[in-house]
Amino acid sequence: MSTATIPSPGAHPIGHDVSYLKSQSGIMSWIITLDHKRIGVLYMIWIMAAFLLGGMFAVLLRTELITPQISILGSNENYNKAFTLHGAIMVFLFIIPSVPAILGNFFLPIMIGAKDVAFPRLNLMSFYIYVIGAVFAVYSIVVGAVDTGWTFYTPYSVDTNTSVVSMTLAVFILGFSSIFTGLNFIVTTHKMRAPGMGWFRMPLFVWGIYATAIIQVLATPVLGITLLLLIIERVAHIGIFDPMMGGDPVLYQHFFWFYSHPAVYIMILPGMAIISEIIPHFSRKPIFGYSFIVYSSLAIALISFIVWGHHMFTSGQSEIAIMIFSALTFLVAIPSAIKIFNWTVTLYRGQIKLDTPMLYALAFIFLFTIGGLTGLPLGSVGVDVHLHDTYFVVAHFHYVMVGGTVIAFFGGLHYWWPKMFGRMYPEWIARITCAIIFLGFNLIFIPQFIMGSQGMPRRYATYDAQFQPLHAFSSVGAWVMGLGIVVMYSYFIWSLFKGEKAGKNPWNLKSLEWETESPPIQANFADTPIVLHPPYDYGVEPEKATVKR
Amino acid sequence: MPRQASTFAPMVDDLYYFIYWICVFFFILIVALMVWFVIRYRERGEGETTPKIDHSNWLEIIWTVLPTLILAVMFVWGFDLYFKLRVAPHGAYEINVTAKRWQWEFTYPDGTRTVDEIWVPAGRAIKLIMTSEDVLHSFFVPSFRAKNDVLPNRYTTMWFEPTVMGEHRVYCAEYCGSGHSEMVAILNVAEPEPFQDWLDGGGIDIGELPPAEAGKLLFEKRACFKCHSIDDSKKECPPLLGVFGKREHLADGSSITVDEEYIRESIMNPNAKIVQGYRAGVMPTYVGLLKDDHVTFLIEYIKTLKVGMEKEG
Repeated sequence: MSTATIPSPGAHPIGHDVSYLKSQSGIMSWIITLDHKRIGVLYMIWIMAAFLLGGMFAVLLRTELITPQISILGSNENYNKAFTLHGAIMVFLFIIPSVPAILGNFFLPIMIGAKDVAFPRLNLMSFYIYVIGAVFAVYSIVVGAVDTGWTFYTPYSVDTNTSVVSMTLAVFILGFSSIFTGLNFIVTTHKMRAPGMGWFRMPLFVWGIYATAIIQVLATPVLGITLLLLIIERVAHIGIFDPMMGGDPVLYQHFFWFYSHPAVYIMILPGMAIISEIIPHFSRKPIFGYSFIVYSSLAIALISFIVWGHHMFTSGQSEIAIMIFSALTFLVAIPSAIKIFNWTVTLYRGQIKLDTPMLYALAFIFLFTIGGLTGLPLGSVGVDVHLHDTYFVVAHFHYVMVGGTVIAFFGGLHYWWPKMFGRMYPEWIARITCAIIFLGFNLIFIPQFIMGSQGMPRRYATYDAQFQPLHAFSSVGAWVMGLGIVVMYSYFIWSLFKGEKAGKNPWNLKSLEWETESPPIQANFADTPIVLHPPYDYGVEPEKATVKR
Repeated sequence: MPRQASTFAPMVDDLYYFIYWICVFFFILIVALMVWFVIRYRERGEGETTPKIDHSNWLEIIWTVLPTLILAVMFVWGFDLYFKLRVAPHGAYEINVTAKRWQWEFTYPDGTRTVDEIWVPAGRAIKLIMTSEDVLHSFFVPSFRAKNDVLPNRYTTMWFEPTVMGEHRVYCAEYCGSGHSEMVAILNVAEPEPFQDWLDGGGIDIGELPPAEAGKLLFEKRACFKCHSIDDSKKECPPLLGVFGKREHLADGSSITVDEEYIRESIMNPNAKIVQGYRAGVMPTYVGLLKDDHVTFLIEYIKTLKVGMEKEG
């Protein structure tokens, strides 16, 4: 994106020419920082730690499942706690905040040419709310953990004697962090865009984070209220969901999925947003169908609110409700399909650089396509009856959440790492690691599709011996992927100290964040940028291009 | 997909494979395009320029409308199938199902009750009327492609018509706690005649067994062992090891010698004479649930439980 700049009125502001990492020093300058970039880095430390913790539970689970009988975990109860903690940590402490809180915080203001988010203090507060929520979650693990599954389904969650209250309270608190962050991003996007940055000149990453923020603000309160009701029911014994006290357990499912289905899009939209960024830049082409991608993000944000019932096709809903939810579920598949086609066609006649971020983007298209397509048999009610609550579903949502969001997050991390810290990660090791993670991931979940279609129910501590070979493959995959993650963490940390200096724009890309220093100066830009061109401003008249068919 | 063993298993599989092949087609299309583009258009050097191709409304319309049409087919087909799965035909054979942590209880129209074992007659529709005593469960028979959640304080129903004789596995598919993965039942599809014999036998395939062995089978199938121990251990109800012929002290202060008559009374009217140290109201009456000769079999079995015998099993 080419820009002009206007000098700021008066002298240059504080932080001119000094990287945000060095502009202030001392521990307090981090603890009470209002700089969106530093807050992004603080989030990164916590969220990456949470990912490691959730990942450890995943490896434990898979290792347990090598044999049909209980082995290393000792009892069914421990297995149940392990899968619950894996789910709850990954969803609430990792995936939901990952892209918005780390990369969104760091890059949304820079990409629209702003100095910071609209409410820097609120931003800091939402970080500390996240920390409090995380501490509560860890506390509940230490005092006895939870064994309800991450969905906390009633009446089981009212009944069990594990620490459901502290865990749900943790999720309740984390919800506020998510709401405040979303609110901040909405206002920032509306009010803080640099001169010339019209809505349709915004990079697609900003659009994606913006659509996500809308869902965060509208849906998260419902989860908060639901969990509060659950806590009230457990503590004060007021019948809301538990039939023994006159409540209705299916009501809980409605409430829960009214948040948690939109939450699926809180998770995937930012992933799509990163891919929409990497693909055009690393193909040196304008993104194909910019406005269709924007509208499909908004369509996903809206339709995501009215498909929650598809989690309950076998829960005893009325036939009419099921018909409507099935139809709407198919409807929400269309915008995602549009995006996949647009990304693929953007590659056409490009100059494709196969650096690590692009490898992750291509892996994303591969994996997310599988994740999306395997949603179709589940959306088709007659088939869902068989597949519901089997490993097929487990594999499906891991392809979307991990193959989609997490792979995109890794891509984004590699893409912006040089900008965030001013140093390059080791390119070849990163490419090989990407391949290891990709292989390991497929090895885990392809066997699970097969098992699921064969009727292997999920959340089983022990299982029929006929499934053992497939389970064993899946477990080996978990180790392979775990190895890849450990290598990735290691070289990222190594690169902070020893990585090659990145320079302003290591890949020679046209986007606002690549015009400032690496790492960015505290005020992001020395002078307010003026945006004169559309995003992804690559290429020449098709007839004059040297890249032919 | 697992083996097909109900009338709608082939229907479900047809739709499944229809969707499956469409998915395979689109997956290959996208990945092939992607791989081809990446190979064909990989970076060739600094001086190259790319074409500014940023949209094509025709293409966008095609790849919006085409998937919509395909998805509409999947939706209508899937929903039509779902109706067939849901609406049980008239005259279906009804069995009541009660789920509780972590077992399945089946009650037949004639009052026969079984645990974790359900027999159904071949060649007709079976309708299950299900409820739970505690948390959510889900009745899942993979080979029938049938599944429905079981809720507390509410009845849900499902139906199927088996086509393959013999045993099928029933799983609990809704997480229900530590015994979730062991909450498995065996569903046996039998010809009408053996089925009727089995039902007349109180849900137990006694055949030509001698009385004491038939009693042992009954003792296990009726889960008597859950409350009555047959060794030295103490459970909620009096232990049965060496009980026959023994003099029992009763809660009201009197005492009685355990004989055939007393055992029969204790099964049919368990609260009449409570053994000292045990509570009344723990054991339900078995009137109507055990047939006369079954009680005889049980008595014969209890007679064999002598001290020193337990190790021989």
